[in-house]
Amino acid sequence: MRSLTYSDEQEEFRSVVRRFLDDHSPPTEVRRWMEDDAGFDPAVWRRLCDDLGVGGLHLPEAYGGQAFSAVEQSIVLQEMGRALLCSPYFGSIVLAATAIAHGATDAAKKERLPDLANGSQRAALAFAEQTSAWSPHDVAMTATADGADFRLDGSKRFVVDGHSADGLVVVARVPGSTGTDGLSLFWVAGDADGLERRRLESLDPSRKLAQLDFAGVRAAALGAPGTAAGALDHTLDLACIALAHEMVGGAERVLETTVEYAKTRVQFGRPIGSFQAIKHKCADMLVDVELAKSTAIHAAAAAAEGAEDLPLLAALTKALVSDAYRTAATESIQIHGGIGFTWEHDCHLYFKRARSAAILLGDATHHRERMARLLELGASKASA
Amino acid sequence: MTVTEASVRAEVRAWLEAHWDPELSLRDWRERLADSGWGCPTWPEAWYGRGLPLAMESVVRQEFRRAGAVGIASGGGSGLAAPTILEHGSDELKRALLRPIITGEHAWCQLFSEPGSGSDLAGLTTRADRDGDEFVISGQKVWNTSAHHAQYGMLLARTNWDVPKHRGISYFAFEMEQPGVTVRPLQQMNGYASFNEVFINEARATLHQVIGQVDQGWSVALATLAHERRLAGIHDDTPLEGSGRAIEEYREERAHVMAPYVWYPQRYGRVDLIVKRARETGRDNDPVVRQEIAKLLSLQRAAGWTAERAKQARVLGRPPGPEGSIGKLCGSHIARQAADTHALISESDALLAGEDGPEAGIIAEILLSVPGQSIAGGTDEIQRNILAERQLGLPRDPTTDAGKPFRDVPRNVAD
Ligand SMILES: Cc1cc2nc3c(=O)[nH]c(=O)nc-3n(C[C@H](O)[C@H](O)[C@H](O)COP(=O)(O)OP(=O)(O)OC[C@H]3O[C@@H](n4cnc5c(N)ncnc54)[C@H](O)[C@@H]3O)c2cc1C
Ligand SMILES: Cc1cc2nc3c(=O)[nH]c(=O)nc-3n(C[C@H](O)[C@H](O)[C@H](O)COP(=O)(O)OP(=O)(O)OC[C@H]3O[C@@H](n4cnc5c(N)ncnc54)[C@H](O)[C@@H]3O)c2cc1C
Repeated sequence: MRSLTYSDEQEEFRSVVRRFLDDHSPPTEVRRWMEDDAGFDPAVWRRLCDDLGVGGLHLPEAYGGQAFSAVEQSIVLQEMGRALLCSPYFGSIVLAATAIAHGATDAAKKERLPDLANGSQRAALAFAEQTSAWSPHDVAMTATADGADFRLDGSKRFVVDGHSADGLVVVARVPGSTGTDGLSLFWVAGDADGLERRRLESLDPSRKLAQLDFAGVRAAALGAPGTAAGALDHTLDLACIALAHEMVGGAERVLETTVEYAKTRVQFGRPIGSFQAIKHKCADMLVDVELAKSTAIHAAAAAAEGAEDLPLLAALTKALVSDAYRTAATESIQIHGGIGFTWEHDCHLYFKRARSAAILLGDATHHRERMARLLELGASKASA
Repeated sequence: MTVTEASVRAEVRAWLEAHWDPELSLRDWRERLADSGWGCPTWPEAWYGRGLPLAMESVVRQEFRRAGAVGIASGGGSGLAAPTILEHGSDELKRALLRPIITGEHAWCQLFSEPGSGSDLAGLTTRADRDGDEFVISGQKVWNTSAHHAQYGMLLARTNWDVPKHRGISYFAFEMEQPGVTVRPLQQMNGYASFNEVFINEARATLHQVIGQVDQGWSVALATLAHERRLAGIHDDTPLEGSGRAIEEYREERAHVMAPYVWYPQRYGRVDLIVKRARETGRDNDPVVRQEIAKLLSLQRAAGWTAERAKQARVLGRPPGPEGSIGKLCGSHIARQAADTHALISESDALLAGEDGPEAGIIAEILLSVPGQSIAGGTDEIQRNILAERQLGLPRDPTTDAGKPFRDVPRNVAD
């Protein structure tokens, strides 16, 4: 059985990260960066990379990383989710750097990863195109060979931090190819000719999303052209697990603050937490959060050891943890009563993260259907 | 020497190779288990065990299964009574009671619930009045699994009516086969009769049969209940293959003892049948069925990982968390969801039972057995209270009986 507990050293690392985020990412700061167009504090990001080394935590040492695993990364993500940190971590490290680490040539990794790991550059991964298409296999954007380079045409949506990143890792396909065939990863500078970037208004301003339009943008391939499907699938599985840890951290925090509120808010001459209707909601939240946590930790351990059933575990984890966080955040507002529905109270910050993270990279229904296919349920099993 | 999974595995494997003999009588084999400590490896070495950490239990069990060897007698005796006696019993009780539990000579039942006190267990009114070195016991117990074939009962009775309810209860190792004890089966909604009413009329127990101290039985009862929550998710029903005297006698024992409980696997919801049935019926093409199956399997796995995480934390010496009640709640969630998914898969066939029903009646049996799961061993509501109050620290329910002598506390009219 995989190890499902963190070691004392790992817990020590967690408290260092937590102390840092308590100081640098209180709700007032979160609110400030939600209003901001770039959406994060460059000084805090630099210190997270310089002092705590979070940027390269899970990357190999040869590319400027520290060669820890998804398990150590899960601690960072839980703490970031707990603090609702607004940072380039998810877009630049979890998505873009992981895609490069798994899908680029050695030379390209050496060129790109150290700058991402140390925070001096920020990248975004552009793969999704339509609402329903969280699978890179549905990518329509074309890459036409043009000498040693390629020309990219098409549009990307839901690109995390795509409007402000220094560089973009773009998924496009050989014209005429379909499905897993012909997919490649490209590097495009943020200010490339023919690229138009627009930040999208979104449900959760603590994680910015962009639309990117490419009209004949020149790009260099990051890996061997036409072979990126496997690396992308793996990147997205890892990203689902990473996002799940962020959600676990948020959900744990929501449970804590809600229970705290229920102990102190008095109605009918009693703390509302003495009413069973409230108590039982809190108990159900605890069960959901504990199950979500065990599941996410198990998935991180599986990722660290390169388990074969990772796609199934990633789908299961994303679906189950999304539901747990969404439920916790919803009940949290309910238990806070009217005050929970106001802008000034922090409940909605978590609620927005819970909602948006549940949808990002595919919602629970999408991932349960993926599970069903991976379990070879139904006639569709031939194409799974 | 540090104990590792590998070292334990190697040791138990070597021992089984040298000692497992299917031609022994079941009784002789289990005597051997008792002497070696491998039958209950997490018990103390002084008491038939090997003092291994809890986490090693499954390792040993795997090796027994691999070798095709029979284990100690299972049921309320080894699962609930023995750990309670180990924690709270006198050496005299340990000497008298543990070995027959291992060999299967004594089956045990739990005589906790009463018509007037189920969830409010501490409100019980069965009385045990002191008579020299003995107690005279009278009252009525109910819902008692195994009572009709048990030699001993874990019995709670009131020994002091002048103190608040939790402080006047004693816990007895109660002999079932004596004058004044009448056991009557109760039929359940699924048609089976696996539990009983037990009428006790001036039966007797000695002072030495008190587990823990007189009047201090509540904390002993809590220990039993904690084991019960922990066990709620564990049910190992692997039927033994192979031949030999011990195995045949074990199969007979099982057929006899388990006869009233053939529905037990059904009460857990039979998640193991879900995918097979969905495929066979072609319902696995239905998007709603696919969603429900994925939800159910996710919940089942998450519950397993949560139990495993708690176990690993215990091995590391970290304080126990809420896992008992979480496990109990997950067990009933899984059972309910599984029943609903079975009904969804079976469509109108779910109307039919017995030989006319799908899986020769098993599906109907699942639908009619699962409701017991969220009541037995502490209801879902009580588990939520425990989590909210003990784990999350929310204020306790206001009570009307706190601090009052039990004789002045309002009770069910029938009592
Ligand atoms: C959109 C909106 C519009 C509103 N408009 C108006 C308006 O026009 N005028 C006006 O006067 N007010 C208005 N309100 C206020 C509203 O009536 C209160 O928010 C509501 O009555 C709950 O009170 P509370 O917010 O103080 O929560 P609390 O009473 O503190 O409740 C907090 C939580 O405890 C639970 N709880 C409380 N008591 C018990 C109990 N005995 N048993 C079990 N659970 C309990 C609640 O259900 C809730 O989940 C509005 C609120 C909202 C959100
Ligand atoms: C399959 C099965 C096997 C069993 N085996 C045994 C056995 O071997 N030995 C034995 O002694 N007993 C046994 N029981 C009995 C079991 O422990 C009791 O049924 C259980 O504790 C509930 O008690 P009750 O039936 O009196 O219900 P009650 O306590 O009357 O409860 C009725 C309802 O009220 C709710 N309720 C009660 N108190 C509260 C509260 N404070 N807050 C919120 N809700 C509350 C309950 O959750 C339930 O929904 C068994 C029961 C079953 C179903």
